[in-house]
Formats: sequence, C-alpha cells, structure tokens
Amino acid sequence: MSAFLTALFTGLRLGSIYALVALGYTMVYGIIKLINFAHGDFIMVGGYSLFFVVPIVQRMGMPGWLAVIVAVVICSVIGMATELIAYRPVRKKGTNMTALITAISVSLVLENLAQAIPAMGPNPRVVNSIFGNEGISIAGASLSYVTIITIVVSAVVMVLLFTFTQKSKTGRAMRAVSEDKQAATLMGINVNRTIITTFGIGAGLAGVAALMYLAQYPSVTNTMGSTLGLYAFIAAVLGGIGSLPGAMLGGFVIGIVYSFSSAYISSSLASAFVFLILIIVLLVKPTGILGKNVGEKV
Amino acid sequence: MLSISNLNVHYGAIHALKNVSLEVGDGELVTLIGANGAGKTTTLHTISGLIKATSGTVTLDGKDLQKTPANTIINLGLAHVPEGRHVFSQMTVMENLYMGAFIMKDKAKINENIEMVFEHFPRLKERSKQLAGTLSGGEQQMLATGRALMTNPKMLLMDEPSMGLSPILVGEIFSIIKELHEAGITILLVEQNAKAALSIADRAYVLETGSIAMSGVAADLLEDERVKKAYLGA
Repeated sequence: MSAFLTALFTGLRLGSIYALVALGYTMVYGIIKLINFAHGDFIMVGGYSLFFVVPIVQRMGMPGWLAVIVAVVICSVIGMATELIAYRPVRKKGTNMTALITAISVSLVLENLAQAIPAMGPNPRVVNSIFGNEGISIAGASLSYVTIITIVVSAVVMVLLFTFTQKSKTGRAMRAVSEDKQAATLMGINVNRTIITTFGIGAGLAGVAALMYLAQYPSVTNTMGSTLGLYAFIAAVLGGIGSLPGAMLGGFVIGIVYSFSSAYISSSLASAFVFLILIIVLLVKPTGILGKNVGEKV
Repeated sequence: MLSISNLNVHYGAIHALKNVSLEVGDGELVTLIGANGAGKTTTLHTISGLIKATSGTVTLDGKDLQKTPANTIINLGLAHVPEGRHVFSQMTVMENLYMGAFIMKDKAKINENIEMVFEHFPRLKERSKQLAGTLSGGEQQMLATGRALMTNPKMLLMDEPSMGLSPILVGEIFSIIKELHEAGITILLVEQNAKAALSIADRAYVLETGSIAMSGVAADLLEDERVKKAYLGA
C-alpha cells in the first residue's frame, strides 16, 4: 500500500510538471500550428534564472520561491523574443517546414549559449533548497510538502489558464486566432499581438514548471529542458495537441505511467513504457485522447 | 462612401486586378458580378486590407484604407462577411456574436445589438448555445452576417452569401440583404448568382479576368444581351 501511494504521489507530482510544460507546447501549436522545439529550453532559462535569483531573494530574508516571479518574467521575455526574432519572419516567408527547422535551431542556440556563458557553463549548477525536505506521512507513504505544493500550484495555474482562455477578451482572441486568422483580423483582432501573448504565457508556464522541478531535483544543466521537454511534448500529443484539457490530462497520464512503471517494473524501462503508451493511444486514436479530428479545410 | 481607383493587385506573377475603379455611394447597394476567378474576392480582400495592392487607392469616406492595418478597418465602420462564412466553428453562436463585437467596450450596447441580430435572424436565437460548426450552411451565413452587424457598421462587404445554399435559403438571404439596405446600410455585394444580385441591387459592375468589363444601373444590366448571355444563362 505504501509503495502504491508513493508511486501515486510521485506520478502526480511529475504529471503536474509535465502538464504545465505541455500546455506551452499545445498553446503555441494551437495558434500557429508550430511544434515549438525550443519550448523545453524555456525551462532551462527558468532554471538558470532561479539558480541566480533564489540566493539573492533568500539573502534579503524572503522565501526562495518568490524568485519564481523573476523566472516567469524572464521566460516570458525570452519566449516573446523567440517569436519576434526567429519565428515571425520565417512564418511570413517560409513554410511549416522552415518554421519547424527554425524551432530546432532556436533550441540548439539556447542550449549552446547557456553552455558558452561561464556563469552557467556545461557543469550542473545546484540551486539552494526552495521548500525544504519536510513532509507528512499517509498510510506509511511519505508525502513531501514539495509534492503537495507542486500539485496544488499546477492545479491552480491550470484552472486560471482555462478560465482565462474561456472568459477573458485576450483569451477569446487567442481562440479566434487559433481557429481562423483571417476572420479574427476582420473582427478587429491584432493577430501578431495575440500570437506573441500566447508565447509569453506559454513560456511563463515553463518558468513555473522550472521552480517545481528544481524544488525536487535542485540541479540545473543546459540540457535539462530537452528531456523534460520531450516528455511534455509526448504528453501534449497523447492528450491531443492543440487542446488545453488534453495537455493537462496527457501530463498526468505520462507522469503516472512513468512513476508506476519505475516502481513496479523497472526504473530503466520507465521511458520505454511512456513511449509504449503513446504508440498504443495514437494507434487507437491518432488525434490523441481529447484531440478533435479537424479535417484540412479546402 | 467607398471609392476605388486604378487598383492593381498581383499574386506573384499573376496580375489579379487590372486598373479596377469603382464607387459605392452612401446608402447604395452595389453588386460586383463575374465568373469564378474574375477577381471579385480579391477586390473585397484588398478593400479590407487582407491583401495589399501593388498600386491604386481605396478610400472610405476619404480615408486611405491601404494605409490602415487590416485589423483596425472595422473601427472605421466597414464590416466584411467573408466568402465561405468563416464562422468560428469551435465557438457557440453567442460567442461568435461576441467576437463580432470584439472592438466594442459598452456591454449594454453589445447586448442590445445581439437582440437586434436575433430579430433579423430568429433561428440564431434558438441555436445560441450551439457550436457554430454544427449549424447548416444557411445558418452559418446568417451567423456570419449577424456577426458583421454587431458593430453597427455603416458599410458591409458581402462575399458570395448565396454560395452552396438551397434556392429557398438564397431567397431568404437576399431578402435580408434587401432589408439591411433599406435600413440604410451601404452594401457592396459580390455574387456569382448574377440574377438574384442584379434584382436587388441599385447599380452593378461586371468583372472579367481582373478588369471591369461593364457597369451601370442593375435593372439595365439585367436586360442587357451580353450580360444575359454570359451570366444569366439565357
């Protein structure tokens, strides 16, 4: 029982982080049909921001997690700059394929830039402890505060995001642009501004995910985003890319599959099970669990 | 109200509009007819700023629309009902109408206009909570038209409102266009259904492979032998 609960708690914690990152993939895909391969690296940007800012905040006598505000802002700025400098010009002139290759290049640039800057460099940087290691015990399984905070914060962020896209004016504009850019323009929506806002929000979520991840595994490397990003991307595809509830669901499914297969089967095979689930779901439902089958319009 | 002069538009090497000039006066219902690929939709897209012209001018009450960003043209009182409706299919009818009022801030006025749209199109009221993608073609046309009316525009651009509709629905849509015209809205109507368009319009232009081939009072064109032969199937 305690092993089961431990695996469940770990799965939910991992799942919350994957879900936050998957939301960024799915929002950008929804609006410009681009798989933003640099999205995982925004987590790395958030990670280094926390590495530098957490000690400063703590020296000022405030709780370290407040540094997440700075991390979110930096991630958002980097996300918006990526759209403005790299993607927008390519989108005007090129095809979907050129945009995709640009995304891969941006990812490489960010990772290698971090490696080249001496203060970051290729070696792992250890972040000060953010929430501590305390926790409570339920039926023999320990449940750390980090896990509780991660799950609660992610849930709150997701509810806020969902409400934002459904009810707010900017959220409505985002949905309109993702469906039909021409019609959105005719309604008076500034399409480019809406796209850049989406990048800002998506990258900001990666900043929150960085805090949650580092609270458990306090080591930042320049490639930390590629693995985490890959799992989150799988989560987005599994849930149905383009769908916000799909990204959340996909994140939790991946987190739980990963944690249960490493607890009960083999920790070295856990990744294989994640891919196995992805393949099975896509064979049965190619658009993902909650994805809608939207045929190409003629 | 709307004045186009010597408009030229190119798609790469293709010269889509050649020196097109046309006028739409205050309160007029003018129709632009022509065959597939003649450049009718291109003309409307250029007016709305979705396409930039190579040369020529488009002015609305003296304001140069070529220099106005496409997403701010609706603020000048010009609304566009695009070809193929382009409703937001994943949104409800109600949300689509709210999208039509995107530039408006006054909530009371928005709700008043929704009621106005429901008066014109009672069918939309019955379906207000339904996703727009699940509506029939005729209902989607009504929704696209209603959405364009949300800002109380002084001028409407309508692109092929009868496309793909049954004869009964075509009649219904055209009687609504007539109603809107009688209510004082200036309309530029693009149609392949030349007979129906000429029957309700004040004036008409005939577009042939990117150039204006004929123009005149709609009733006269309806009797013109050339128009009859080429567009009315007589």
